[in-house]
Amino acid sequence: MLEIRNLHVSVEGKPILRGIDLDLRAGEVHAIMGPNGSGKSTLAHVLAGRDGYVVTDGEVRYRGQDLLALAPEERAHEGVFLAFQYPVEIPGVANVYLLKAALNALRKHRGEAELDAMDFLALVRDKLGLMEMDEALLYRAVNQGFSGGEKKRNEILQMAVLEPRLAILDETDSGLDIDALKVVANGVNALRNPERAIVLVTHYQRLLDHIVPDRVHVLAQGRIARSGGPELARELEARGYGWIEAQAGEGGREAAPEAGEAGR
Amino acid sequence: MPGQAVNLDELIARDYPHGFYTPIETDTVRPGLDEDVIRAISAKKGEPPFMLEWRLAAFRHWLTMTEPKWATVRHPPIDYQTITYYSAPKSKKGGPKNLDEVDPELLRIYDKLGVPLAEREMLAGVAVDAVFDSVSVATTFKKRLAELGIIFCSFSEAVREHPELVQRYLGSVVPYTDNYFAALNSAVFSDGSFCYIPPGVRCPMELSTYFRINAMNTGQFERTLIVADKGAYVSYLEGCTAPMRDENQLHAAVVELVALEDAQIRYATVQNWYPGDKEGRGGIYNFVTKRGDCRGARAKISWTQVETGSAITWKYPSVILQGDDAVGEFYSVALTNHHQQADTGTKMIHLGRNTRSTIVSKGISAGRGSNAYRGLVKVARSAAGARNYTQCDSLLLGERCAAHTFPYIEVKNASARVEHEASTSRIGEDQLFYCQSRGLSAEDAVSMIVNGFCKEVFKELPMEFAVEAQKLLGVSLEGSVG
Repeated sequence: MLEIRNLHVSVEGKPILRGIDLDLRAGEVHAIMGPNGSGKSTLAHVLAGRDGYVVTDGEVRYRGQDLLALAPEERAHEGVFLAFQYPVEIPGVANVYLLKAALNALRKHRGEAELDAMDFLALVRDKLGLMEMDEALLYRAVNQGFSGGEKKRNEILQMAVLEPRLAILDETDSGLDIDALKVVANGVNALRNPERAIVLVTHYQRLLDHIVPDRVHVLAQGRIARSGGPELARELEARGYGWIEAQAGEGGREAAPEAGEAGR
Repeated sequence: MPGQAVNLDELIARDYPHGFYTPIETDTVRPGLDEDVIRAISAKKGEPPFMLEWRLAAFRHWLTMTEPKWATVRHPPIDYQTITYYSAPKSKKGGPKNLDEVDPELLRIYDKLGVPLAEREMLAGVAVDAVFDSVSVATTFKKRLAELGIIFCSFSEAVREHPELVQRYLGSVVPYTDNYFAALNSAVFSDGSFCYIPPGVRCPMELSTYFRINAMNTGQFERTLIVADKGAYVSYLEGCTAPMRDENQLHAAVVELVALEDAQIRYATVQNWYPGDKEGRGGIYNFVTKRGDCRGARAKISWTQVETGSAITWKYPSVILQGDDAVGEFYSVALTNHHQQADTGTKMIHLGRNTRSTIVSKGISAGRGSNAYRGLVKVARSAAGARNYTQCDSLLLGERCAAHTFPYIEVKNASARVEHEASTSRIGEDQLFYCQSRGLSAEDAVSMIVNGFCKEVFKELPMEFAVEAQKLLGVSLEGSVG
């Protein structure tokens, strides 16, 4: 579904990603871990098409297409979804309005009729239940005055409604207490299916206790320093990131034999 | 890098997609302004002597005045002697013959705004005598109003048919001595609307449909007078969301509202005149004086305006709160793009006891647009217990636009309570990206964000108008107006 080859990305002239290789197949969940500043969020934003991230080398193919050539909304139309680390507030715009506009934009792209208000509401109510969210949240301005937990749940609610093929969750666990984390994790798990690939960007192992990934990749200094199964995350939890950073610093890619082999 | 979010500047820098046609004018008074021209205008309109005297007095006063310079707007000097102050309704011979000849881009905008097919021809200036059966629509409408004793007609007709009402109220809110442009208007005003609601009558419909059909060619010096007698109610909609052709550069209108005891007047404006091109050439100068007078106790006047057109907007719809417990409201959305300039706001003059006023102003600046809120809240010694709440929010799109806020507050009564809140924000690339990553185009995203910003004002508009206003902002930002 997603093939990343030798991806180099700079932000404001500063190289952040320095040769990422990654393969993701439908049905898989991959976790991208790494210390702060390792480039995790940059990778998430580049995949979603955010401005200001300059690809200096490499390519990203998504379902056979050149993903980087698409505008952000085109990526969304093709089934790419980014759950934001910091969901954005839009004063005066009802949450339900954005949700409906988003869904109908996708439906329109697929040549389907727009959902009318009743059908849409029925669909959303169903998903609200999954996320254990109060309907009142639909009628408040997008993310405005939402608690941290509400914002993150709302992101997964959007994901549940939009049903992406490729979902990238950028630190969806940050700022959540354990109960909210469980709700979010349950939501994500319910959305796992053989047609859908999920990328979990996270700093901490604890999310991976609830959403067990197929593969774990550790970013350090803009490269995938190590890849492995779920046990790699537990090793990180026990040992911290220091030893991987040290390895990455010494030999770059050579020191990380599995890097670039991930998911093949 | 390809495939990135559309640049905001690019998005807002597109052209006004249609120019103006040059109709063939007939029956005009020679250009320039002197007493003979004013006498000619008055004679052509068959006015009674009091009208002529009033116009002449206004003219003589105007000669002693100078143009106001305090607004944050800039324009080359206006030569008042080159303006033609009277022309009969324009011939449409120079216009397109049918909608097939109209700029398709204009039609696309009408379509996007949902303008009824029948009205499109009229708005586009199609050269047909009766665009649709406006006469019968107007007649039916007028008959219904007449049964309730409501007078709603052109200003010229009111001068002829109801001179006593005109004489009693004309200039009683905005005297011709008020300001330079009001004096000019008083001297030369061509036509406009007059409305009188008798005591205790609630006008059963928004006075809008009629206006849209009939009052399109009221000209550049328009005069409106609305009187709501004791306990009466009227909601009046001025303007039209669709772009209108207009070849006059200077517009100096006057609107006077009089609300007697327990009366309520809601006045909504959508102004979408030609804003000039991307370099700031051309466009309408819209110098308007609008004022309401809550003359009786518990009277209420609400101004709601959505201003997206004109090269320069200079207007301050105000309320004089004379009666005890009177209420004044001002809700405004002003959008400037390219080189458009707006200096707009309101004055709330509290004279009566326990008078209340609310001001909500939303300024949106894009391109090189400049947007100023200028407001005065004045509480006189007599206005014990007066209250005001003011909220001024500015939204900036792009790097080269400007927003200014000039709130003036004068309080002479210690029991008054005056609150002022102001904010300035920028449409964030992050908001835009968030919406785009959910599948919305950049244009739809900007439109959604701006509409969200304006929500508090739009909810004050009559339902149907609010929907139009939302679409208008979308279209404006897309580049049709700005």
